[in-house]
Amino acid sequence: MKKEEEINDKSRRDFLKTAALATIATTACGSLACSCSPKKAEVAKKVKLLSPDGEIVEIDSAYLNYQEHMAIVSKLEARQGIAGKKFVMVVDLSRCKNARKCVAACQKWHYRPEDKEWLTVKLMKDSEEGAPYWFPKQCFHCDNPPCVKVCPVDATFKRQDGLVLIDNERCIGCKFCMAACPYSTRVFNWEEPDIPIDIKNLQYSPETGIPARVGTVEKCDFCPDRSREGKLPPCVEACPNGVFYFGDENEDTVTNGDETVSFSQLIKDRAAYRFMEELGTKPRVYYLPPKDRQFPVERGYEDLPEKLKDRFKYIMEDKTK
Amino acid sequence: MELNTYQKEIFERQRPVIEKFGKRTWGWTIFYLLWIGVGGYALYLQIAKGHKVTGMRDNVVWGLYIANFIFFIGISYAGAVISGILHLLKVEWRKPIIRIAEMITVIATIIGPIFILLCIGRLDRLHHLFLYPRLQSPITWDVLAIGTYFTGSVIFLYLALIKDFAIYRDAKLNIPKWKQKFYKIMAIGYRGTPSQKRHIKISTNLMAIIIIPLAIIVHSVLSWIFGMTLRPGWHSTIFGPYFVLAAIYSGTGVLIIAMWVYRRMYKLNSYLTDKHFIYLGYIMMVLGAGYGYFTFSEYLTDWFASEKWDNEVIEKLFNPAKYGWWFLFANVAGIILPILVVAIPKTRRPNLITLAAFFMVLALWVKRYLIIVPTLESPLLPMQDTRMEYVKYHATWVEWALTLAGVATFFLFFTLMSKFVTIIPISEFGEKEKAMIPAKENEIATA
Repeated sequence: MKKEEEINDKSRRDFLKTAALATIATTACGSLACSCSPKKAEVAKKVKLLSPDGEIVEIDSAYLNYQEHMAIVSKLEARQGIAGKKFVMVVDLSRCKNARKCVAACQKWHYRPEDKEWLTVKLMKDSEEGAPYWFPKQCFHCDNPPCVKVCPVDATFKRQDGLVLIDNERCIGCKFCMAACPYSTRVFNWEEPDIPIDIKNLQYSPETGIPARVGTVEKCDFCPDRSREGKLPPCVEACPNGVFYFGDENEDTVTNGDETVSFSQLIKDRAAYRFMEELGTKPRVYYLPPKDRQFPVERGYEDLPEKLKDRFKYIMEDKTK
Repeated sequence: MELNTYQKEIFERQRPVIEKFGKRTWGWTIFYLLWIGVGGYALYLQIAKGHKVTGMRDNVVWGLYIANFIFFIGISYAGAVISGILHLLKVEWRKPIIRIAEMITVIATIIGPIFILLCIGRLDRLHHLFLYPRLQSPITWDVLAIGTYFTGSVIFLYLALIKDFAIYRDAKLNIPKWKQKFYKIMAIGYRGTPSQKRHIKISTNLMAIIIIPLAIIVHSVLSWIFGMTLRPGWHSTIFGPYFVLAAIYSGTGVLIIAMWVYRRMYKLNSYLTDKHFIYLGYIMMVLGAGYGYFTFSEYLTDWFASEKWDNEVIEKLFNPAKYGWWFLFANVAGIILPILVVAIPKTRRPNLITLAAFFMVLALWVKRYLIIVPTLESPLLPMQDTRMEYVKYHATWVEWALTLAGVATFFLFFTLMSKFVTIIPISEFGEKEKAMIPAKENEIATA
């Protein structure tokens, strides 16, 4: 039964893939009809595609446009994860100055409206006398995820590559996962989301998370669609200070784009910790303590727009200190 | 069905109630329907515009609706536990009140889950609960437990009704044909043969035994929706028994209020006697003491150990500028008042007991709100949000309208049901219960 389903799913996926590519091909051809020349000079190989009329056409791959956010795997594969991987992130708090490039990149990549952040930068102050520090926070993709435990319909799930994803076509919107997540990671679509026209007709996949849907829960997904293409998540790429190291625990390597280091060595050398370890959620995100910081904390505050300043005012302008 | 003199007397007294609908009943029915209509409009808005029209946001993901859900499932304990336990203990004075108690149970068990549905973002996907059920989720436990409990409660109510349906069927009531037919079908051919009597007796005993653990499971599972999370104020080991006790307690309160209303409305003073109020008052007092003990234990431990997160919630509850006054009300009206009113002989009067019960039920609703909202307003990470509606929960008119619609539905169901069945069960009064019907008020014999 399971096997059969898998096969069905696979053939359906292949079909959809080709169909989707064909749609792109036709639009590409359409837009290129006047120029009637391939975009790139070099002649690439021919590919067979299924046209919207159901015919198989052969087309020069140079005519194909690259489409981002394509659901390149089936629902079933999106639930299983990338074989052999175990994604992990290390966040170097000593380098963060709240440049907010990660937030912007994440918002842009996922077509997120302003204020509805998957990735937030908090200003933490652990004790009264302690110094405040910037604290970027994605989803922790816990190995013992309290959100997954409570989901009544298996809409949020843990994959073999460590990721915790949400299927917004399955989610019933009970918000129990939001109540259960101790890190306030999840956001809810309280109204019909504004979806830009260019992603409106994209096929949804839990790996891409778009388009968003009203009445469902969503959150940071560690961008597995980019991992499949061998790219880093946008937040990692966008950070000017190399705060985020992303990688594979199985390979024991993490990279922030500039340098690639041994994961185990890094967390050993820099005394990494996991946020609120005592909760027993076993996060897949490690933090390097904000020791010997590269920037004074004010650097991330002074130039902020008023609206954002308001978020942190109560700590930054604490006159009692 | 042959009726004995006592049964005849009780029946004649209640006959007009089920024969005529009456202007006053029409008035109330329309009033309730209007409220439900307003709620319907609110629901339409919520579905059309999304949950944006409620006060719930990413931090406070649950609000009034969940409080109402716990509240209604709580008062449903009136029938389940009170009537079940009294039945098993063979307490004779229970007989005039079991119908009211069991009706509360069934109606509240219908309305409660409606409120959890209001909280769900995608009602169109409700079937996913059965298509892709995951047994490890406390919500699945809830679906199973409440479903079973509701079925059990309906059976329990119905078992006690069969004999009465047979009486209405044979009584040549001045009622329309369809109603006559309804009674005939519902009586399922009951003629009072010894075998039929025996079967009903055995089934009722069985159901009384089954319904008690079922009820305990329901509210425990419900409390675990909160208890299973890593949230301050929720993640507590005593939440199961705490919720169960609070539920029986509020159920008793609603039972007392319903008794008072019916007694006044239909002049049933000789059946719903002062003794009923006083006995139920005693039960309420004992439960109140137990509930108070749980409350004290819960907050004392949190406050004394003063762990960072617990402390944050406690601070909100104790601070008069935040939830302090509500917390005080919940504990004074919810614990101290009912105990004192029943404990002091001078105030141990039906009216005062009912008043205390009324405030207690109100206080328990406030308590449910205080369990949910302050905790959700205290996430472990700082909120650092500039949008006030994300930081602090304020219920909108949509949520209030639907809350009132729920209360109106409760009353409406009650009104309609009392037009189909007698509030005081007739068949329960056998010849041996002669003494049950006191010549004077304030006099009731316990078997």
